[in-house]
Amino acid sequence: MIPRPSALLHLLAGDAQADRVVPPTGITARLTTFAAAAMAFLTVFALALSLATGRLADRWGTALAQSSTIRISAPEEQMDAQVLAVMDVLATTPGIRDARVLTDDEQRALLEPWFGPDLPLDTLPVPRLIEVLETEEGYDSAGLRARLAGEAPGAVLDDHTRWREPLVRAADRLRALGLISIGLIATTTAVIITLAASAALAANEQVIRVLRLVGARDAYIARAFVRRFTLRALAGAALGAAFGMAAIWLLPDADPTGGFLTGLGFQGGEWLLPLLIPPLAALVAFAATRRAALATLKERS
Amino acid sequence: MIEFEEVTYGYGGTPLLAEVSLKLAPGSFHFLTGPSGAGKTTLLKLCYGDLIAQQGRVALFGQDARLLSRDDVALTRRRIGVVHQDQKFLDHLSVAENVALPLTVSGRSATDDDIRELIGWVGLENQQFAKPPELSGGERQRAALARAIIMSPEVILADEPTGNVDWDMSLRLLKLMVELNRMGKTIMIATHDLNLIRAAKQQVQARVLRIANHRLQLAGSNL
Repeated sequence: MIPRPSALLHLLAGDAQADRVVPPTGITARLTTFAAAAMAFLTVFALALSLATGRLADRWGTALAQSSTIRISAPEEQMDAQVLAVMDVLATTPGIRDARVLTDDEQRALLEPWFGPDLPLDTLPVPRLIEVLETEEGYDSAGLRARLAGEAPGAVLDDHTRWREPLVRAADRLRALGLISIGLIATTTAVIITLAASAALAANEQVIRVLRLVGARDAYIARAFVRRFTLRALAGAALGAAFGMAAIWLLPDADPTGGFLTGLGFQGGEWLLPLLIPPLAALVAFAATRRAALATLKERS
Repeated sequence: MIEFEEVTYGYGGTPLLAEVSLKLAPGSFHFLTGPSGAGKTTLLKLCYGDLIAQQGRVALFGQDARLLSRDDVALTRRRIGVVHQDQKFLDHLSVAENVALPLTVSGRSATDDDIRELIGWVGLENQQFAKPPELSGGERQRAALARAIIMSPEVILADEPTGNVDWDMSLRLLKLMVELNRMGKTIMIATHDLNLIRAAKQQVQARVLRIANHRLQLAGSNL
């Protein structure tokens, strides 16, 4: 049941006298507010996770898709010739923006995490690496492989496909899981509020009977309950979202060496997204309570 | 205003009321009598749409009660003031707020002076800020009467309104009912108190209906 905008506006406008017809219920009120706060807090984190994995997928996808590596393994005396041959092939291959041979220092830096800083590259049979940057259109990797096989038999093209695809797929799945989590949280919120509203309706059977006897319509009785639960959900979600945003803000800043976890947060305009959580929680509470109230009233008529 | 045609109603397959026909004309005053459990409360509930006839037809202000939606029933109840045997109030609200409840739920407003005047008319001016549990039986009946008439209904139904009050209070409530009838309201009082009926007959032209053997009979003008 999708609430009509006019019903929502009428609800928010309120009626001070009508609000008083339902007696205050302490424990139900506190539980509803707490549940909405907890769910909003979790939603902020699920949202942050989803956005962070989205960024990660984009970064991995873009960074790895635009570059390739050619590895040349050849005997010492053939190495320079093969390197030159590969560079010649690359210079005449459409879709290649730039290509350069990694220096000894760069290769040493790449191997340093495994072999330490004093690696004697000149005495080891280490392959030479060529970094290839491609244009937007890209190149024909099958064609390039065939030409390399002819001109430089020791050259192997690695276009990062086998690395890139699983990483991007994993990031995309994480993002989907984040969105599914948000959906589940919204559904759970609706279920909790429906149960709380049903309990409140059951506890106020006598009130409902009196209201009916004096000519109250179902919509009026339902509104008295719906408004109360909607406002509780709004207040709880605002509190939970505020705490969630504060917790995200207190996480360490994202930095290039920090990896994924330090990037878990909001950037720029993304900080506005959690502000949508309280009104959406109120909307969920409105729909859930209205449905529960009207169903209960129909059942008891 | 309210019309029964061959109405039957029962519980668990046993008829309590059988083939009851009745017509409440505007401005009339009726007593409904009979032994306890005869079906007086059931008949009143049929009059304000709380129960639906199992057989026959009940017309409320010209509309078949069976065809009324829940909203229609709510609107109909705003035209019928009901004073119940066991008065039900919202205990967290004051007497004044309870009395004004029919106005509140119908979205109408009345000034505090209007409500105070009505509460004064039933003699509860000193209890208007009290909560219902603080009232005596007679005070609750009078508060219920005030609530029943605040919408200026065309019909007032009262179910044993003097059941829990002493004789002086019974006469006081009766006097209020008679006054309302003189204002043009249609009144029906269910009671098994024959003394109350005799006292009423000295003040107003009243028809007395009796439920006996599941049927409604006219008890005659001389009781």
